[in-house]
Order: sequence, then structure tokens, then C-alpha cells
Amino acid sequence: MPALCRDCLTVFQTGRRCPACGRPRVIAHPELFELTIAHMDCDAFYAAVEKRDNPELRDKPVIVGGGRRGVVSTACYLARIRGVRSAMPMFKALDLCPEAVVVKPRGGAYAEASRAIRALMEDLTPAIEPLALDEAFLDLTGTMRLHGAPPALLLARLVKRMEEELGLSGSIGLSHNKFLAKLASDLDKPRGFAVIGRAETEDFLADRSVGLIWGVGQTGRAALERAGIRTFADLRRWQKQDLMARFGSTGDRLWHLARGQDSRRVSPNAPVKSISNETTFAEDISDPDLLDGHIWRMAEKVSDRAKAKGRAGRVVVLKLKRADHRLLTRRHALAEPTQFADRIYREARALFDQTGETGPFRLIGVGLSDIVPATQADLSGDLLDPQAAVRVGAERASDTIRARFGARAILKGRALR
Amino acid sequence: MKFSIERGTLLRAVGQAQSVVERRNTIPILANVLIEAEGDKVSFRATDLDIEVVDKVTAQVERPGATTVPAVTLHEIVRKLPDGALVELADDGAAGRMTVRAGRSHFTLATLPKEDFPVMASSEYSSNFSAPAPVLRRLFDKSKFAISTEETRYYLNGVYMHVADGEGGRALRCVATDGHRLARIDAPLPEGAETMPGVIVPRKTVGELRKLLDDDDAQIAVSVSETKVRFATPEITLTSKVIDGTFPDYSRVIPTANARRLEVDAAEFAQAVDRVATVSSERSRAVKLALEDDRLTLSVNAPDSGAAEEELAVAYGDERLEIGFNAKYLLEIASQVDRENAVFLFNSAGDPTLMREGNDASAVYVVMPMRV
Repeated sequence: MPALCRDCLTVFQTGRRCPACGRPRVIAHPELFELTIAHMDCDAFYAAVEKRDNPELRDKPVIVGGGRRGVVSTACYLARIRGVRSAMPMFKALDLCPEAVVVKPRGGAYAEASRAIRALMEDLTPAIEPLALDEAFLDLTGTMRLHGAPPALLLARLVKRMEEELGLSGSIGLSHNKFLAKLASDLDKPRGFAVIGRAETEDFLADRSVGLIWGVGQTGRAALERAGIRTFADLRRWQKQDLMARFGSTGDRLWHLARGQDSRRVSPNAPVKSISNETTFAEDISDPDLLDGHIWRMAEKVSDRAKAKGRAGRVVVLKLKRADHRLLTRRHALAEPTQFADRIYREARALFDQTGETGPFRLIGVGLSDIVPATQADLSGDLLDPQAAVRVGAERASDTIRARFGARAILKGRALR
Repeated sequence: MKFSIERGTLLRAVGQAQSVVERRNTIPILANVLIEAEGDKVSFRATDLDIEVVDKVTAQVERPGATTVPAVTLHEIVRKLPDGALVELADDGAAGRMTVRAGRSHFTLATLPKEDFPVMASSEYSSNFSAPAPVLRRLFDKSKFAISTEETRYYLNGVYMHVADGEGGRALRCVATDGHRLARIDAPLPEGAETMPGVIVPRKTVGELRKLLDDDDAQIAVSVSETKVRFATPEITLTSKVIDGTFPDYSRVIPTANARRLEVDAAEFAQAVDRVATVSSERSRAVKLALEDDRLTLSVNAPDSGAAEEELAVAYGDERLEIGFNAKYLLEIASQVDRENAVFLFNSAGDPTLMREGNDASAVYVVMPMRV
């Protein structure tokens, strides 16, 4: 059986230890050098960046997240041992692990690290589909002759370089499609390397929960459970027509996934579907002025991102979470797409006023959806609002100033609320 | 209640009723039409709580009475009956059923008690006047395309009917705008309308009103109050709440100093716009107008799908100008012109453009340009 040492990258035939360096981090699999679709997932990415940048944190449990009211966005493995999980409310995390060091997220540092990882991946293939800052699919099909090495070895080298050059570790899942590659990367975390070959695909899936399928959440699982489907083996007993009759087009996808079939391509330019920003308050807010300030700041962030990507949106979305956690979303389609903070803010503000809700709220979010290229945006003026053109001019000018002197070089008074 | 009525008369009355009832509503009685028979008249009344229409027609009433049945179902039945049929409608009160008979067809419909039917509170009208149907038809037909559908600016979801100083003295004026284009149509002020308060007539009412205005010889009785407006022919009475809001000061929007004048055959212009816009696949199709020395070049450049260009001979003597518009807006405005040439008055590529028919100032249109 082909085998690979993940420490010294030696290729050999089966053995528990590497014949060259003698170390035991060996991955062996009959199809090891035939599989080409991979998923790379960084280990506790945010926490890892924090530990790298501040060595004092190295041996302490670290939680990245916002305030006592916020949620855990990432916990390092020391904190995870104590039961801390992503998306867990911070107070609960601190109950489980009181000595944890809570670090506020530093988006810029993570984006920077993500870019560095991306650069390493680009040495291997142009077919990279990022899913988030810390994970991406890679399609290494046809790179064997270019690199003179099989994908498995390239991937082992990639994570080795990430550790050596960037001080960040990641786990690799290698298989024959995206669905399985993503499942595999989660099997052996952290610093993992897992392989799901064609031959074992069906056996591998058989007893696993259908909850592993992307897009099958709590409600989806409940719907499947009502049909008596809990595992992939259950799912496989269904005829395709019956699944489609019961679940519509999803049924077709389920039938294929039940057999470990996934024909989605690794596409480097997955279209942006929405751009949004939200914040959970340290304390519930009902002060309209404060809320107004938040709406503006979020509209501005959304606008900044849209401008950076050369995109605009036709639909403005407002999201509110009430003190009792009930969620309220409102959307409004504009006459033409926009990328301007002023327009996004005005629409979001109007949506907010229309809800008639006075709060208190624990979360507020603003977003754009129905994304189009910026060339189609903000082309016509408003007869009834001649000042709009002036405000847009002012926004362009302040964007120029911010680009040159920094994001906080010029602010709206509203932003200080 | 029992009466017989000619199918054509019944179809018109029920047709008017079913178009007022709201298709999706949660109050069952609002899906019904109230039928009241008395003397030799039968009235059909329908409402969505904002609009009420009553159509009073002649019929052979055998037994007076009243009941309500689903308007859409009754309309479907009558529509499918043969032309010229005599239809008998009867209900026996207690059973909660109304029968419809025509020839050898026989239908039974469930009724709801007439007492449950909401009748719109009558109101004091501060102004009553009469206007010929063609005058009202022109006022609303030429303005309604510009009504906004945007709910956030609800006060634009209708036609603003009011008294204004027009070119030739006091005028009855209709204005509609959605912020991208605006229509301002004037008619001579009818006697008795001087004190009329300005009201915003909702989009749906404008649509229903149109059905009253087909007869060129008809006189329409118009009654207006701060909250309601009523249009009536001898048979049909349409009462509607008006939009509770302030219509923006549109006069600031209408350019007065635009000096660059283009005169063009409206039909030729519209066809050319339509042709060049074909290549664009975007939702808002932008057309560029380039003007120079009696020549207009229309062009569309859609990087993903193609390009188109067309030249028109026009009357234009000013400096060279390039300006872009949404093709749909240009087409709608050009199609309002039916007698003379279209006259466009431009200022710059960023300013609102004015359009009118020849030198007729009783109908002016404003359209906002688009960056191209």
C-alpha cells in the first residue's frame, strides 16, 4: 500500500514508521496517489494566529470572541478540551473554562494570514475555492506532471510549509469529490491528514448521520427523520423518484450524496451572493440614536466591502434580534443596485422604521443581496432627492480621503453615535 | 330575492365587482359581492375596504331582497354562459344558498349574510363637479405610467389630482412620479372644482376608474373630500379612500431653463430606442443619445451581450451632447405622444430632461438621465 511520511515527505510502501526519518506520522492508503480533490481546514485558525503573534498565550486556553455577551468564534484546542465550542455563548464558555484568555477578533490579522496561506496554495494549483478565511477546496487534478509529485505529497508539503513559514497548522481531507474531501478534513483534526478512497466511500458513509450533508440543518434533519432517514444507509434504501417526490430537487442531490457522489466543481470564482455585516451588542439596546449609529456603521462596512469587490446589491436587508432571541429580517428591492453607504443606510433605516419595533435588541445586521457588478449600479439620479447626488459626491470624496489617510481619517457625525 | 337579468349587463356589473375584491384576503366576506334587488333595479356592490364600487342595473325583480356570494366564482359562471342568455338569480334566504339559472345550466353558490358586508361610511364631500369622460381619461391615462410601486414612498403610489395654475389659467392637474420620471397633465378646470382639495388617487383606483371612462359622451360626477374621492356615472359609483400623505413639491423638479431643443418624430424615435435596446440583457437597459447638427445617434453598448447603433434625422441645432437614459422610460414617455412631434429639452448629461408634445404645455414629462 502506498504510504507517505508527513514529516520528511518520503514516499514508501506500507509501514508504521517512516523508513527515512523513523517518525510515525505516516499516511497510507491504497488510493493515496490517485485522489485529487482536497479540502484544507486550518486548526483553530483565529486562536492559532493569536498564539503565534503573542507567544505568552501559547500554553493558555485562548478564546477568540466578543465581550461577555458575544459568542465564541474560535477556541484553541486547550479550551476545547474543557468543552468550549465555536458559537457557544461567551458566559457559558467562561463557566467551563474560567482561566481562558478572551481575545477580541482582529479581522485584519486573520485576513493577512489567510492571504499568506492562499499564496502557498496558489503554488500548487489555480483551482482554489475558498470557503472562509481558514478553509478552501483545492483541485489538484492534472498537476502530477507539472510538480513531479502526486497531490497527496503536495498537500503534505503545503501544511508543512504553513507550519514552518507561517506558524499555522491545518488539516487535509483528500478524496474524489468536494463533499467527501470536506468530511475527511474533519476526521483527523488537528494537524490531520485523512483520505477517503473510492472503494470505501459507501462503507465510510453508511452509519454516519445525514446531518453531515451541507445544507441539512436541524429542520432538514427532522424532515429526513420523519421519513425514517437517519444515516446514509437509510438514505441509500430510497429510490431516486421517491426522494424527489418527497424532497423536490433536494431529493436528487440526496440520492447522489447517499452514494458519495458529488459533481460540483472546485470553482475559483464562486459568485458572491450577499455582503453583510452584523453585530451583537454588549448590552441590549433600545435607544434609537444608538441604533441609528449602528445601522450607519454597518451600512458603511457593507459599502466598503462592496466597493472593494467591485460589486453592488439590488436588495438591502435588515436583520434584528430581539432581547428574547427572536429574529426579524426585512428586505427591500431598490429601483437600481447600489454600493453607496448613504443609500444602504437610508434603506436599512427605512426598513427599521417600518418594523415599528422599539427594541430592546441584542443584534443588528445590515446587508446587500442580489449582487451585480458595480458597473450596473448607481447610474441614475432621483428627481425628488436632488441632494442624493451631492451626498454620493461627498461619499466618493471621503472614500478617497480614507483610502489615503486611513479608514478613520474622516467620519460622519452619525458614526460617532 | 329573485330577479332575471340579461347576461351582458350582469357580466359587466360582476366584472367590475370582482376586479375590486382582493384576491388574497383573510376576511371571507370581502371576497363577496353584495347583491341588492329592489323595484326594477339591482345593485352589485364590492369593496376591499379602500375602494367600493356599486353598479346599479335594470332587471326584472320578482322578489326584492339581498345576499352576498363570492364575486370571482359568480363572474366565472356568468363569463362562461352563452351570449344573450337570460340569467335568473334567486336565494331563499334561510338556506344560505343562491341559485343561478340560465337555459339548462343550474348553479348553487354558498352565501354569507348581507348584514356582515362592510359598507363604506358615507362622507361629506367638499367639492362636487362634473367632467367629460374624455378629459378625465386623458388626465389619468397620460400620467399613470409614472406612478411609483415603491412602498417606502407610499405617497407616490397614486396620481396627485389637484387645482393648479396652468399655462392657460386655472387647471385641473394630474401628476405622477416615481423619482425617475414624472408626468404633469393639465385640463381646463371644470366649474365647481375651484375649491377641490388636492388628493392622491391610489393606483388601484386609477385602474378601476378607467372602466368608467370608455364612453366619449359620458359626464362623470366627481366628488372630492380630504379623505375620499368619488367618480360616478348614472350606473356606476366608484368611491375610494385617497392616500394619506403629502405629495412632494413637484414644481421644483420640472426644469424651466433647459435650452437645448431636440424635435423628433415620436414613433420613429420609440422604434429606434426599442431596436437598439434589444442587445442589452441588463435589467435596466441604458440607451445613449448623441446629438449633433440635426443628427441623433442612439447606441447601446453591453459588454457581455453586444452593441447596437442607429441614426435618426432630427431637428437639433445646439452644441454636441451625449446623454443616457433607461430605455424603458424613454419608450413610455415617447408613447404618450400621439399628435405632433416629441420635443425634448436638455440641459446637461446629469440634469433632468423635459419632454412635451410640440409646444403643448398641458402635458409635460420629466425624465432623469442615467450615467452611460
